[in-house]
Amino acid sequence: MEQKKHKSRVAEKKNEVIGGLKDFGTNIYNQLDRGVFPTISMPSRSTENINYDPHLRQFILGEKSVSRSARNIRHVKPFTQLAWAAMFSNELTSQRKTSTLRDVYYSAQAYEMTFKDQQESNNIITDLETVTGYSREDFNIFPEERSAVFGDLTIEYTVPGYEGKTLNLTSHPDGVLIGPALTSSEFASTTADKVIAIEKGGLFTRFIEENVHTKHNSILVLTAGQAPRQTRHFIRRLHDELNLPVYIFTDGDPWGMHIAQVIISGSANAAHLRELNTPDAVWSGVWATDIVNYKLPTDPLDEVDIKRLYELQRDPRYKEDPLWQREIKTFLKIRRKAEQEAFSRYGLTYIVDEYLPTKLKESK
Amino acid sequence: MAQATFEEISASDFFYRNRDIAGFTNPSRAIFAAIRELVENSLDAAESQKIPPDIYVRLSFESEATKDTQIYKLRVEDNGSGIQPRFIPSAFGQVLYGSKYKLKQMRGTFGLGGKMAVLYGQITTHQAAYVASSTGQAKVYSFKLMIDIQRNRPIILDRKVLINKDQWRGTIVEFTLEGDYLRAMPKILEYFKQTAMVNPYANLTFVDPKGRLYKFVRATMDMPEPPKETLPHPYGVDVELLQRLIQISPYKTMAEFLKHHFHRVGDITAQKFLEFSSLSPSKNPKKLAHEEIVRLMQNMKKFKEFLPPDASCLSPLGEDLLRAGITKELKPEYLVVHQRKPSTYAGHPFIIEVGIAYGGEIPKRGSFVIYRFANRIPLLYDEASDVSFRVINAMNWRRYKVSPDMPIAIVVHICSTKVPYKTVGKEFIADRPEVRREIANELREVSRQLQHFLSKREHVDKERKRLSIFAKYLPKIAQFSAMLAGKEKLPDVDKLIKSVQKYGAEET
Repeated sequence: MEQKKHKSRVAEKKNEVIGGLKDFGTNIYNQLDRGVFPTISMPSRSTENINYDPHLRQFILGEKSVSRSARNIRHVKPFTQLAWAAMFSNELTSQRKTSTLRDVYYSAQAYEMTFKDQQESNNIITDLETVTGYSREDFNIFPEERSAVFGDLTIEYTVPGYEGKTLNLTSHPDGVLIGPALTSSEFASTTADKVIAIEKGGLFTRFIEENVHTKHNSILVLTAGQAPRQTRHFIRRLHDELNLPVYIFTDGDPWGMHIAQVIISGSANAAHLRELNTPDAVWSGVWATDIVNYKLPTDPLDEVDIKRLYELQRDPRYKEDPLWQREIKTFLKIRRKAEQEAFSRYGLTYIVDEYLPTKLKESK
Repeated sequence: MAQATFEEISASDFFYRNRDIAGFTNPSRAIFAAIRELVENSLDAAESQKIPPDIYVRLSFESEATKDTQIYKLRVEDNGSGIQPRFIPSAFGQVLYGSKYKLKQMRGTFGLGGKMAVLYGQITTHQAAYVASSTGQAKVYSFKLMIDIQRNRPIILDRKVLINKDQWRGTIVEFTLEGDYLRAMPKILEYFKQTAMVNPYANLTFVDPKGRLYKFVRATMDMPEPPKETLPHPYGVDVELLQRLIQISPYKTMAEFLKHHFHRVGDITAQKFLEFSSLSPSKNPKKLAHEEIVRLMQNMKKFKEFLPPDASCLSPLGEDLLRAGITKELKPEYLVVHQRKPSTYAGHPFIIEVGIAYGGEIPKRGSFVIYRFANRIPLLYDEASDVSFRVINAMNWRRYKVSPDMPIAIVVHICSTKVPYKTVGKEFIADRPEVRREIANELREVSRQLQHFLSKREHVDKERKRLSIFAKYLPKIAQFSAMLAGKEKLPDVDKLIKSVQKYGAEET
């Protein structure tokens, strides 16, 4: 069994994050110490400042920046909230504790810092991401949503109490949750030579049952619909640190297509962040042309689907690869869509035995 | 005079049968009316001598009367002018006897308030009234009186003359009456409070049947100028008055008659008017036929060149006293008062005084608190029918950034030789266009000033809020940034907070 050696960035990144937070605080502290109202500036996240960068192959924030001054009556409260959020993240990160967005909202009250609602506290966390350039997961603040991974990858925990312990991700047949402990782990070893990301839980289970991980030497990732940010970052790490190609299987409709696109090119909402996308990942199906070629059972596209297709047609991310425009046109021509489960009309194993190998070959 | 109208029954008998007219409608209303009439007599008695009134009212429980009513003893003492002994029996024992049939601003006008109260006491308890009075001379005279209702004459049961060692001056009235104090209590207390508001130079003391003491202390010794008596204005006369004037007049020509019996009529005006009415200036008024008198009255109303009545017969409170009274009773955060120039309706001069008060002890109740006064008497009933209420409701308050949710009290005082009451109950002012216009203009004036105050206050509030935000957050920024930077010592933000304050002070 070949062991893939890699250089971990987990510990290194933690230090960077803590350093970034400290710099942020020191900057404010020094301004106050000089007797001036502290000011901070950060890139603007308004729509007109979000541009697609064909070079990075993701959305990025443009030149426009906004500044927050403690001098301004409308800014002083969010400014304080931001300083609090930085301080709180610093505590979490250095004490290696994790938290959720909901938790943040309540923790603030211990400092007599009130947030009007969850949305306000979420916005402040996004501000902190923008101003430091790190994502909230780097500050150990995780959303509630979870997805899963299965395959021959051995990880080494870094969370308190588990440091040095390892786990092989085939050890549980339901897969392992992609949560804080997993995303903060180092990759120890793997025999896999590819990553297959799957939209739906049913198919993920089928793939495990049919031993796709050994048959195709792969790590299986369940995105559970639109992939959470930590899952997108996890896929990126699998690609970057283990040099594994990534293949994405979704439903054959505009929504499935876009799940793949976000894994590949990222989202506008995360334009202030990096390394959440995997530009080299490939959408392997289900394509509109597959619906035709495999004569899959279909449903008609409804109005919302059609509207979405026209939107996507204009989206810069869909202009990168001719594949996207071709598939959008095919969808619009056939006016049908198909789910991944549609392959079951040819028997339960058809998708694994026939479709998957063909598509993997096609995608290379 | 007026007795002559009722030939079959006496005036006492008439009011005995129609006591609703005078406000003695039911046991609760009666006890309120009795107190009110006597207090107002006392105020008039003191004011006529320019003496700041000291009035003591005691209502004490005597016995149970019916399931809902009790017998009370009412005692009212004042430091007023006192009454000459020979007038005392008639003043309290003869209805429609009094000195109030002249043209000047007075509290009552029927001349029956005090007597009606005594009469009511007599018919409900069959007991004599006690009256003592002195004009401050050597003697005090006291009487025990009843009223012979059918003959409208006082019956003197007892008469005493005492040596006035202390040079006391004033009048004491004491009698029993049936009433329902518990039900009347809120109105009676409100009456005292409002009376105190519009008579800020008076001391009012009230001891109720439970022995509770209510004291309203004067805020000033200044009193308004007393009104001067005046002749009737031609616009305001009726046929009856014309006939009476002709009867008593010593003048033999129309020109002289007009000149000497009417307000603001001189030689020239009289001449022009007689021309207008096609009457010879030398005609003897006593020779006028009835139809001619009627025509004369109609022409007086049509003639446009009479000078408007002057207001010397009026005694408004004045802005200073109104302010003192409202301040004393409501302790408002802000108050503006205003008095308008005299105006007239139907030949009667009147003056409107208005105050608008904000905050302090004024309750927030979703609508304005309205205090209505007429000739320094509080009007406590039928608010919704009053012209002030209508004008206030018709105002576009939003224009003045004022809303009924605010703790706002509006005070409207009308002074007139003839207050335009709508009904004999004398509880609300009729909606006359002249009066309405004056009240509306007055309200606009004070509302503009209130608006000014409110917007200034809003600004100050905003500023205070703004400062508190900096004072709250800047220390926290210091704390959080020190924690992040790993510093022990917190940066000093006091100077920054102060700099915001200074900036704030400049802004206001």
